[in-house]
Amino acid sequence: MSLKSLNIPNIDFVNRRHLAMIFSSILLIASIASLSIQGLKLGIDFTGGTLIEVGYQQTADLEEIRAKLNEANYQGTNVQYFGSDTEVLIQLAPQQVTSAKLSSSIIHMLGEDIDVRRVEFVGPKVGEELTNDGGLAMLYALIGILIYVAFRFEYRFALGSIAALIHDVIIVLGVFSALQIEFDLTVLAAILAVIGYSLNDTIVVFDRIRENFLSTRHVDPKPIINDALNQTLSRTIMTSLTTLLVLFALFYLGGEVIHSFAGALLIGVVIGTYSSIYVASSMILALGISKADMLPSEKENKEINTRP
Amino acid sequence: MNHYPGWKNTLIAFFFLLSALYALPNIYGSDLAIQISSAGDASIGEQDLAKVETALSSDTVDYKSIVLSDNRILIRFEDSQAQLSTKALLKETLSRNYVVALNLAPSVPQWLSNLGGRAMSLGLDLRGGVHFLLEVDMEAVVTMSIDRYYNELRSLLREDRLYKSIRKEGHSLLVTFKTEESKQQGKALIKDELFDLQIAEGSESELQFSLEITSGAIKAFKASALKQNITTLRNRVNELGVAQPIIQQQGSERIVVQLPGVQDTARAKEILGAVATIEFRLVDEKNDLQLAVNTGKAPVGSKLYYFKNGRPLLLKTSVIATGENITGASSGIDQNNAPMVNIQLDNAGGRSMLETTKEFLNHRMAVVYIENKVETIIENGEMVKVRTKIQDIINAATIQGTFSNRFQVTGMESARAARNLALLLRAGSLSAPIEIIEERTIGPSLGADNIAKGFLSVLVGFALVLVFMAWRYRVFGLVANLALTLNLVTIVAVLSLIQATLTLPGIAGIVLTVGMAVDANVLIFERIKEELKSTSNVQKSISTGYEKALLTIADANITTLIASIVLFSFGTGAIKGFAVTLSIGIITSMFTAIVVSRALINLIYGGKKVQELAI
Repeated sequence: MSLKSLNIPNIDFVNRRHLAMIFSSILLIASIASLSIQGLKLGIDFTGGTLIEVGYQQTADLEEIRAKLNEANYQGTNVQYFGSDTEVLIQLAPQQVTSAKLSSSIIHMLGEDIDVRRVEFVGPKVGEELTNDGGLAMLYALIGILIYVAFRFEYRFALGSIAALIHDVIIVLGVFSALQIEFDLTVLAAILAVIGYSLNDTIVVFDRIRENFLSTRHVDPKPIINDALNQTLSRTIMTSLTTLLVLFALFYLGGEVIHSFAGALLIGVVIGTYSSIYVASSMILALGISKADMLPSEKENKEINTRP
Repeated sequence: MNHYPGWKNTLIAFFFLLSALYALPNIYGSDLAIQISSAGDASIGEQDLAKVETALSSDTVDYKSIVLSDNRILIRFEDSQAQLSTKALLKETLSRNYVVALNLAPSVPQWLSNLGGRAMSLGLDLRGGVHFLLEVDMEAVVTMSIDRYYNELRSLLREDRLYKSIRKEGHSLLVTFKTEESKQQGKALIKDELFDLQIAEGSESELQFSLEITSGAIKAFKASALKQNITTLRNRVNELGVAQPIIQQQGSERIVVQLPGVQDTARAKEILGAVATIEFRLVDEKNDLQLAVNTGKAPVGSKLYYFKNGRPLLLKTSVIATGENITGASSGIDQNNAPMVNIQLDNAGGRSMLETTKEFLNHRMAVVYIENKVETIIENGEMVKVRTKIQDIINAATIQGTFSNRFQVTGMESARAARNLALLLRAGSLSAPIEIIEERTIGPSLGADNIAKGFLSVLVGFALVLVFMAWRYRVFGLVANLALTLNLVTIVAVLSLIQATLTLPGIAGIVLTVGMAVDANVLIFERIKEELKSTSNVQKSISTGYEKALLTIADANITTLIASIVLFSFGTGAIKGFAVTLSIGIITSMFTAIVVSRALINLIYGGKKVQELAI
């Protein structure tokens, strides 16, 4: 069947994959460069330290707060407005004496008429554990997905989807590094959610590729993959749009605490949508996918199709 | 074609009603309340209720209701003024056997709670409160048990004068004997009496060997230290008066403490982390204090102590009584208006006190405050545990009369210090020092903000998706919207039923689910559109669309589910909340987007002659 007659978009994705490859390479190199040069701005969840968010009645005087902290000889302090100019975020790197009592004495020092909105203290040991656990979580998620996709499809699809996921994760991390947005536990959660989302997108495309391989006599994978991308395009865009809509709501209305969480998801959804179209499919093409690879799972597919 | 049997539709309708029913409790707000529970293991009964009611009627207090259920008394109020004044009143009138705490009680109607309907429980980031992660200093547990065995070993071997010397070396005891014979004798004795000790491998030489505690015993000591600390922490939290606290073991050496609604976190930290006790000792009046200070060496039988202001004093090493002998303590004010602590001792302590005060009338007795602290600091990039022991003399007063088990300790720094000391003495001491290694405090104002903002973003995100879907898929879009609404209701119902804790990231998970849940419907609808282009059979397009999309939806959702399960198993607190709502959302959305939307489409189009679909 020809796609044109069915009024389905017919964009030549596959032949533009080299262009996409260059684009992705630039993004990846820039991300890795930024990550290795300036790294991530890790939040206290990972570095350990103290964070205090306080609300003032009127506009807060940051200089005065800084002076007070300097006077008390605290090192590695960072004082900034948070959301509005009546709210102040104070962050302290792990001090010589990093006890949980530190925050109490600072709050005491700042005076009576403040509203303590949030205090977080993470000991150095906990920070180290959270970093390790975070890395492990990412690794296990990727391995679990690799196994599932290899089992449901074929190893080339698994490699293709993992390549797309690593691509997405590196670029999201790269953006966080380049813009020096604070990377905390919630951002890590967002990145794992991005893995889930991007994979979701990729699987839908792969599913269609497999279906098309089985329903046609052509053996050239290029037009088959291209057709699949076009057929799923409107779904890909629709789902991205609905997800982006809710993420914008979260980003603008959810408050400062989950701002970077929503930001990470926004970037991730855009990159994930792009990667499921270009990266994952280019990858399986490069790995040499063919009709013969689909046959073992044909039986299973028939079963489904004959369901009442 | 495209017709669901009646039972299937009924089942779906029933499911919808059930979801709605169990989501319902969340729309009722909550009342300001005071919760009265037992400080110990005793249960709260009608008698206690009567006692509280009498206390309330003595003072004209406005309250909405008072109920006894689940082993606690709950009093509801209209405003916080009445709530706070009643708390003060009850704290004063009720004995220490009760825990009086402020609380928020969900105002779910009786018929609903009879059906098991409960509102979602809100996490600390939404209701405000403190989360502490405490680590027990297990190194200290081992050191303490080595010290204990050192003493036991000495007294065991002393009787027959078997040993030449016993030395503590790290976590083992090096014993040197006089002769081979005494060594064998000693070995047999240790085997019989101190079976938790074993000879370290390869440490035995001609006249000596080194003893270590068996790994089984160390494990048991650590476990019991943790257990005892949890008990002590529970007592202390009860003393603080917190409704629905969580005190839980995490791993083999950590304890999680969550105190919803606590505002004075500085006090909570002081109380939870302190390993404080007191000792009563006689002042050494004979020896030269100045000499001891100058040489830094105390005479035999005495030890040099300091007041908090640095003034030195020689005290005798033998202890009259310790914190362990204390059965009761309360703070108060003495006749000079100075803060003090009333102490009550047990029989052994009282007897010892009586004998001492009789024998040493007109001598001075000192009260020493002892606190063990442990802190992890970073030194040259390495994490180091620093242990400090504070030993301050609180006061030293002349014994003016004999007394036994009831007396007062004066010389307290402040009323707050007196209150804290009394509380710590009452709640018992921790068996090993603990350190706060993580704290997350959310103030009540931020908690309220988080609820409002989280709720708003769910609402706006939801509305945007509804409009978008209706615009893009018309009738089918409306069907998807109905399914999405049901999905949201179901998520809330499931969260309420399993009483999972809703956190801000959990709300984010719900928002994300709303965005992603329509994906299944988008897949189906796009597929139907495709089918419509290749065939003129409308009914067949619908059923093929659903069928073909099914497997794709399952594959896509299962992989997302894998990611969120990993998130759940590795995440802590807040992240777990996100994973829970995301997982529940994925599962419920599969049902609503596939089965429910199909049922609706079947009702609208099924079995009819349809020329064109509004899609």
